[in-house]
Amino acid sequence: MKLTPEQVEHVALLGRIKLTEEERELFTTQLNSIISHFEQLQQLDTSGVPPMSHAVPVSDVFREDEPGESLSTEEALQNAPEQARDCFQVPRVIE
Amino acid sequence: MSTSSSLHELTAAELADLLARKEVSAREALDAVYARVEEVEEDLHSFVLLTRETAERQAAEVDEARAKGEPLPPLAGVPIALKDIYCTKGIPTTCCSRILEGFVPPYDADVIERCRAHRLVFVGKTNMDEFAMGSSTENSAFGPTRNPWDLDRVPGGSSGGSAAAVAASETVLAMGTDTGGSIRQPASLCGVVGLKPTYGRVSRYGVIAYASSLDQVGPITKDVRDCALLLGALAGHDPRDSTSLPDPPPNYTRALTGEIKGLRVGLVKEFMEYQGVGVAPEVAEAVKAAIARFEELGAVCREVSLPHLNYSIPVYYILAPAEASSNLARYDGVQYGYRSADADGIIEMYRNTRNEGFGAEVKRRIMLGTYTLSAGYYDAYYLKAAQVRTLIRRDFDAAFEDCDVLVGPVSPTVAFRLGEKADDPVQMYLSDVCTIPVNLGGLPGMSIPCGFSPDGLPIGLQLVGPPLAEETLLRAAHAFEQSGQFHRRRAVPVRQRKGRRSAVVREG
Repeated sequence: MKLTPEQVEHVALLGRIKLTEEERELFTTQLNSIISHFEQLQQLDTSGVPPMSHAVPVSDVFREDEPGESLSTEEALQNAPEQARDCFQVPRVIE
Repeated sequence: MSTSSSLHELTAAELADLLARKEVSAREALDAVYARVEEVEEDLHSFVLLTRETAERQAAEVDEARAKGEPLPPLAGVPIALKDIYCTKGIPTTCCSRILEGFVPPYDADVIERCRAHRLVFVGKTNMDEFAMGSSTENSAFGPTRNPWDLDRVPGGSSGGSAAAVAASETVLAMGTDTGGSIRQPASLCGVVGLKPTYGRVSRYGVIAYASSLDQVGPITKDVRDCALLLGALAGHDPRDSTSLPDPPPNYTRALTGEIKGLRVGLVKEFMEYQGVGVAPEVAEAVKAAIARFEELGAVCREVSLPHLNYSIPVYYILAPAEASSNLARYDGVQYGYRSADADGIIEMYRNTRNEGFGAEVKRRIMLGTYTLSAGYYDAYYLKAAQVRTLIRRDFDAAFEDCDVLVGPVSPTVAFRLGEKADDPVQMYLSDVCTIPVNLGGLPGMSIPCGFSPDGLPIGLQLVGPPLAEETLLRAAHAFEQSGQFHRRRAVPVRQRKGRRSAVVREG
C-alpha cells in the first residue's frame, strides 16, 4: 500500500488539518516510509488471537449515581477563545 | 551536614529528614533550588514556567505548620518539578503546544491533588515534546532542553525537562509521563532514576491524553529511595479514572531491603538487539556488567527471548497515533486554547486553528492515526496491531513464569546530538525500541544509572516486572544502586561564559 499526495490531502481533511503544498509532499514521503515498516506485521499469523485494547483487568466500572460538584458556567467558559450569552461562540454553521 | 547553598543537591529523603528536624526550612530549600535554576537554566531550558509565587506560598505554609507543631506528611516542603502535561488549577498548562498557549486549567489532575495533599512545593512546569510525542524534547513549541551532561546533546523525551532538571539539581523531585518510554528514556540519558508504574496504578485524571491505553504518570528522581517515596505519594485508586486499579498501594520504601538473594533475573535478548541490530557497544557492555553485579549480589541470571518484541515498533506506531488522532480531536479552537483569526466558516476555522497550533510531529501522528483508522485500512493496521499486542503481552507473561525481573538497556544509545534525528521520524522512533514493549504490556518499568560511556555520558539499565511488581523493581534497583556509586555522580552543566544574564523567572 502506498499513499499518494491526493490521499494525504484527503486524510488531512478527515483529521481537520490543512497542509501547505510543501507539507503535503514531505508527509507523503514520511508517511510512506513509516507505513512501509507496518507491512512486517502481515508476516505474523494472528488468526484466533484476540485484540488487546488495554492492559488492566477491569471492565464495566460504575459508580453510584450521586450528584456532585461540577464546573460553573463561568469556569467552563474561562478559556473560551470567544463566548456569547454563556455559550461557546463559533463561526456561523448554517447559512 | 549541609549549608543552605547546597540544599538543592540533596535527595528528597535527605532533605525531608532535615526539614523534619527543623534544621532547615522549606523556604531555604526552595531558595537553594531557585538559585541553582538561576545559575543553569539559561543553558538547559528545563522549565517552560517557574511558579515562584505559588512555591513561596506553599513553602511558607509548610514552615508555618511545622512551627505550630502540626502533623505533616513525610515529603512536606520538598521541591518538585511538574511536566507541563498535568492540569494545575490556576497555573498555565500547555503540553508545550501553541494550541494550548494561554490555557489555565479550572481544576487539578489527581496527581496534582496528591502532590498538594503531600505538601510538595511546585518549582515549575517542565519542558517536553509537544503532547508527549517525541524522544528528544526537540518537539517542544518553546524550544529544546539540553542534556546537563553535554549541552550539545538532547536530554531524551518526552519528559526531557523533568529529567534534565533532576540531573542538574534544579529541583529535588520531578514527575513525568510515559507512553512509549517518556520517563525511562530521558532518565537513562540524563543519568537519573525513572519509573513507569503498572498501567492503572496512578490516575490519569487531568493528565492531558496522548494514547490513553498506554499513558502512565511516574516519578523521576535522584535515587531509588526517592522514587519509592514519590511513587507512594502518587499511587492509588481514583474513581474519576475508570482504568484506575482498586488495589491499595503498599508502602514502597519497605521494599528497599538490600536483599536480592535468589532473585530470578532475565536478560531480554530482544532488548539487546532489535531485528538483528545490536545496541551500541558501550551500552551492551554496561548492561552486561550490571548482570555480573546482580549475580554477585546473589541473583540468578539467565538470557530469555521474547520473539514478538521484534514487532513492538510497528505495533506502537499504529496504536498510539490511532488513539492520539482521536484524543487530539478536542483541540478545535472552540472551548479553550488557540483559535485561528483566519476563519471563513467552521471547517476552515478548525483546519486553520489546528494547522497553526500543532507542530510537525503532532500533525504527522494525527495523519497516521487518521489513516490507519480510516475505512478499508482498520483491519490491516489497527486490528492487526491490537492482536500482535496480545502476542507481546503473552511473551511477557511466559517470561515471568521463570523470572521475577526482566532487564536490558533503556535506550540503544547514549544521548544523541541535537538535530541528529530531528528530520528522520523513523530513526527517532527506533530510539524507543527497548521501552515501547513495556507500555504495550501495561507493565511496570524502571530506569536506573548503570554506567557511563567513554565520553562520560550516562547509560541506563531497564528493569521490568509483572503487573503491580513495583516493589520487586524497587528492591532490585535499590540493591544494585547501593552496591555502586553511579547515583552519586552529578552533572555539571554550567557553560563558562561572560555576561550571563540570569534566567527569567515568571509566574503564570
